[in-house]
Amino acid sequence: MLTRFAGARLFRGTACAARRAYHPHVLPSLVSTSSPEFTAKAEAMDALVADLEAKLANVRQGGGQKAVDRMLKAGKKLPRERLALLLDPHTPFLELSQLAAHEVYPEAVPAAGIIAGIGRISGRECVIVVNDATVKGGSYYPLTVKKHIRAQEIAREHGLPCIYVVESGGAALPHQANVFPDKEHFGRIFYNMAQMSALGIPQIAIVHGISVAGGAYVPAMADENIIVRDQGRIFLAGPPLVKAATGEEVDEETLGGGQMHSSESGVTDHLARDDEHAISIARGIVGDLGKAGGQPVPPPEMPEDPLYPASELHGIVGTDLRQAFDMRDVIARIVDGSRFREFKKEYGTTIVTGFANVHGYPVGIVANNGILFSQSALKATHFIELCSQRQIPLLFLVNVTGYMVGSKAERGGIAKDGAKMVRAVACADVPKLTVIVGGSYGAGNYGMCGRAYSPRFLWMWPNAKVSVMGPGQLSQVMTTVSKDPTKHATLKSEIEEQSTALYASARLWDDGIIKPTDTRDTVGLALALAARERDTGSKRGGSYTTTWDGDGKGFGVFRM
Amino acid sequence: MSSRKPHFDKILIANRGEIACRVIRTAKKLGIKTVAVYSEVDADALHVRMADEAYCIGPAPSSESYLRIDKIIDVCRYSGAQAVHPGYGFLSENAHFAERLAQEGIVFIGPPASAIVSMGSKSESKTIMSNVGVPVVPGYHGSDQDPKHLFEEATQIGFPVLIKAVHGGGGKGMRTVHSPDEFYDALASAQREAQKAFGNADVLVEKYIVRPRHVEVQVFADTLGGCVSLWERDCSVQRRNQKIIEEAPAPGLSAELRADLSAKAVAAAKAVDYVGAGTVEFIFDNDTEKFYFMEMNTRLQVEHPVTEMITGLDLVEWQLEVAAGNPIPLAQTSIPLVGHAFEARIYAENPRNNFLPDSGQLLYLSTPTPTHVFAPSVSMQSPPHNEALSVPQFTPLRDPSTKVAPSVRLEQGFEQGAQIGVFYDPMIAKLVVHGRDRTEALRMLRLALEEYKVVGVSTNVEFLRALAGNQAFIDGEVETGFIPKHHEKLFPPVPYPPPEVIAQAALFIVLRDHPLTPLGPSSPWTTLPSRRFGGDVYERVITLQSEDTAAEPITVRVQSGTHGHFNVTVHTPSAERTYTNVPARLAPPSVLATTLEAAALKTTIVSQKPPAAIPASASPHTMERLHVFHGGRKTTLLVPSPKWLLSLGGDVLGTARGALRAPMPSVVVEVRVQLGERVEKGQPVVVLESMKTETVLRAPVAGVVKAIGCKKGEMVEEGKELVDIAEEDTAE
Repeated sequence: MLTRFAGARLFRGTACAARRAYHPHVLPSLVSTSSPEFTAKAEAMDALVADLEAKLANVRQGGGQKAVDRMLKAGKKLPRERLALLLDPHTPFLELSQLAAHEVYPEAVPAAGIIAGIGRISGRECVIVVNDATVKGGSYYPLTVKKHIRAQEIAREHGLPCIYVVESGGAALPHQANVFPDKEHFGRIFYNMAQMSALGIPQIAIVHGISVAGGAYVPAMADENIIVRDQGRIFLAGPPLVKAATGEEVDEETLGGGQMHSSESGVTDHLARDDEHAISIARGIVGDLGKAGGQPVPPPEMPEDPLYPASELHGIVGTDLRQAFDMRDVIARIVDGSRFREFKKEYGTTIVTGFANVHGYPVGIVANNGILFSQSALKATHFIELCSQRQIPLLFLVNVTGYMVGSKAERGGIAKDGAKMVRAVACADVPKLTVIVGGSYGAGNYGMCGRAYSPRFLWMWPNAKVSVMGPGQLSQVMTTVSKDPTKHATLKSEIEEQSTALYASARLWDDGIIKPTDTRDTVGLALALAARERDTGSKRGGSYTTTWDGDGKGFGVFRM
Repeated sequence: MSSRKPHFDKILIANRGEIACRVIRTAKKLGIKTVAVYSEVDADALHVRMADEAYCIGPAPSSESYLRIDKIIDVCRYSGAQAVHPGYGFLSENAHFAERLAQEGIVFIGPPASAIVSMGSKSESKTIMSNVGVPVVPGYHGSDQDPKHLFEEATQIGFPVLIKAVHGGGGKGMRTVHSPDEFYDALASAQREAQKAFGNADVLVEKYIVRPRHVEVQVFADTLGGCVSLWERDCSVQRRNQKIIEEAPAPGLSAELRADLSAKAVAAAKAVDYVGAGTVEFIFDNDTEKFYFMEMNTRLQVEHPVTEMITGLDLVEWQLEVAAGNPIPLAQTSIPLVGHAFEARIYAENPRNNFLPDSGQLLYLSTPTPTHVFAPSVSMQSPPHNEALSVPQFTPLRDPSTKVAPSVRLEQGFEQGAQIGVFYDPMIAKLVVHGRDRTEALRMLRLALEEYKVVGVSTNVEFLRALAGNQAFIDGEVETGFIPKHHEKLFPPVPYPPPEVIAQAALFIVLRDHPLTPLGPSSPWTTLPSRRFGGDVYERVITLQSEDTAAEPITVRVQSGTHGHFNVTVHTPSAERTYTNVPARLAPPSVLATTLEAAALKTTIVSQKPPAAIPASASPHTMERLHVFHGGRKTTLLVPSPKWLLSLGGDVLGTARGALRAPMPSVVVEVRVQLGERVEKGQPVVVLESMKTETVLRAPVAGVVKAIGCKKGEMVEEGKELVDIAEEDTAE
């Protein structure tokens, strides 16, 4: 020991000292990968991930072979082909909520009939929303609307240009009551487009096929749009409706074809020969966005892989939420160099706080290691305040059953300490990211930046659960509260099913289920988005106010 | 040696390209200052940069620049140049120029005007030759230029006949006529070319020898009456009546024959009081071993380096020596003949398309490394025999102990980025090799050609390699009809691009479009290539096409894995090949480093973008071309334009079948139709000239001329619509 200290003193500040192998911030790996518990947990998680992959593969098929063949026969590119052509070659695509609408409606609506995500076009990150015309003709179900609006929200928060790849029959009429009238329904799409345009966030639409009724407003509201000749159609009412209303007999192409809209009505700006041409024009438009396209900011530090393989996350966490694990083992497999500068390590040990880098970007991590006590809540509050002051984004790694209950805890003021944490999370002036790696129950969900606390992104692992309380407590509460024991079992299984990641993701309570091994990259991409700089819009700690007050920005781009 | 006259202090080089550079190098070696002249398009040319002084003498057309005697003399006066080296071509055999210089007191580095006149007129030269006993080919060399008369003469000589410009050379104004019905067209064309190139339309007609060889003797004469032979060269293998490969000595000649050739050549030179470097060309019959005087070129020839290599001499230095009034530096008996040398002329042309000249920019040029700048001097013991002994005249000095180190010389006038324009000769460079024997020299030549990489213009490099590797050529069975005779072997079917070439081309595209991020902090949006969260596997589908545009396209699927590693699947119509986890790196702009199936490869791949202003079409000229130099050959792959681009291009181009477009950048020589004129299919419509070679464009359909988009003398870009013919409805 003595010699080592002497040596360190001797070489302080020299390259030699910096190159020492041992780093005090490196998290050790104490996981025994050959233990039976590890193996069992890994197997369970493997199975869950395999199931997820199978479901995703199914979703990627879209609306089935018949619909795919129909599109191909018409000389069209498939929605995912359009997406691949639109993106810069060999760049990542962060797809959102692929399991949206999974087993929600009586009929299958894969991915809610819309592909949404963030990808690079002409060197700029953009939000891309692609109607999947193979799924019910691309019509908007309630969850389609929700997914579309969520993508717009992400675009607005990050200042990302929006590209709408349109081929949709508009609202799914049988569902019109849940699609049309409410605040966050169809109309909100155009409200968002108008406001984002005003904020200087470019809105681009490519009309590959039919774009009718409400859908006609997507290209019409866009800053700049493209239509495919003899293929794209924009009209407020289709030929049958026109005939019914006015008696006029007209075919689709005459009524709203690309040639007409480009040369006569002026609804469209660019007339493309085919899908590929349209996409190439769109790529050119994104290239010409100038400062409105925003600027990516490189990370301040050199990215570094973690020291331990991400695959071990399966065996560390497992699928049984009752089995505890040390969240530091998870952090060690996510952050750069497995280095974690822990804050208040010895205090309030059921919550882990500290600084790290992911893909070179600094991040403050708040992670659960058990039930939240007053001490833990205060520690988390303190740390969140630090990050907010320093403008360091927050990452919540969630596995929380809730705040401690009982007379001791109540006397200790857990309610007010928990409230401090919730208030800190709600008001933190930095981008927040949430990954639910285990359970997210009760008020713990609030303190750990649940959906209601507007994290920039919220992802769930396949094993994750979200509900008002853990299943164990739930059973007990049920027995005390309810008089009818026959209903206990059904209600319990119902609540248990409704707490799964799959159920949550299907309803857009998250931005998608991610594989544990993808956590690092997903978080890294999100941090890169959060770090972007923009010249436009009102800037408040890097995030945009979501309440519209004009903000001195006037209007967006009117279509003339 | 006390009587030795001093060299000039400053000379002017009235030429361009490699020969100008060649002369400048020797001048520099001798401490002589050099003055270059150049046309407007040559302002950045290599010869301009190499010279001590340079003067612009006019616009691009040579008649307005390099042929402007008055301007060149002005430059001489202004710069104080004491002598003019004319190079070859341009004014090198212009007697008037020689006279004008003499009047100005400037030395013409070449023969006296009288010799140029005598030898410049083919008919006169033959008369002189006959008189001194040099055999000549039967023919009509008279002054009656009436086409009818010429036709009669031709009939008398018997077809096939050759029409040649009386003042011509280098294949210009020369036409072979196989049957009487082609005669008048060929005559008109030859006369026009002659008029343009030499300012004189007179032609001669002579017997066309069917299986001839072209053997020529390099002679050198001084002002003191000395004249020596520097042995012969064989330049038999020709295309379009122009040489492409030359060698010295001529293969398969007996010592007697060599001596006889040299003796006749020296006699020919002496007959016209020749001075300086000259070449006496003979037609040599392979079977009868008879040779006939053809013409004498009164200049330093393109192929002089092969003579330099086997003699170890610097002929430009000799020219300067003689022009200064000094005697020839070596006696005939002291002139060595060591080893064997080849010169391959690298032309911008398309051998597979009838050697049609090409023009454009040398986008990429990488050459073999030359071992020598000048011919390595032959270090020989003093002649082993006593001068007094009667040594047979014209026997080369040969010493078996002489060591010949294989050597490579490169005579080039252009660098990467230079334009090979339409105004001048399309020769890019000359590759000269020297070996102990013909086999060694050919081996050197093949290797050097393999290392000669050009992109931007079509070249004959690959053809030359095929030629240098052809068994008949290796066996020395040369004749002027060599190329047509061995056509099949010289033009083997273009091999289908092998999968490893296709894979590398695809990786090149991928890496170029999405460069790997350099080390340093960068966003995961750039460092996570094609990660698709949610299981999509991104693959880039790249479509390529072999040069045979009728062939089915090739698709390549490229997936990117970990940083800098790719999975590549090549689908050709006949096969599928997958390479997994291929590391690939692009050292911009054109070296791709990969490992394909354990073979570490460093391949030069050069992208040639189509001219931006030409609308996309199915023509390969409107597609990006990838030139992959792999396995010692260049494979060109086309990147076809997407459908929509073709559709847009189609709108611009229209679909009229009657449209005639310029096949290459060229000058319009003649528009033979008028607006509204009726034309038959196949009727000549426009005559173009590119690289001094005429091309006749014929009506693709019968119909009426509805538009003319060019006029005589205009310079037109490739793809420009020249004439549009409204097709006649055949039903009418």
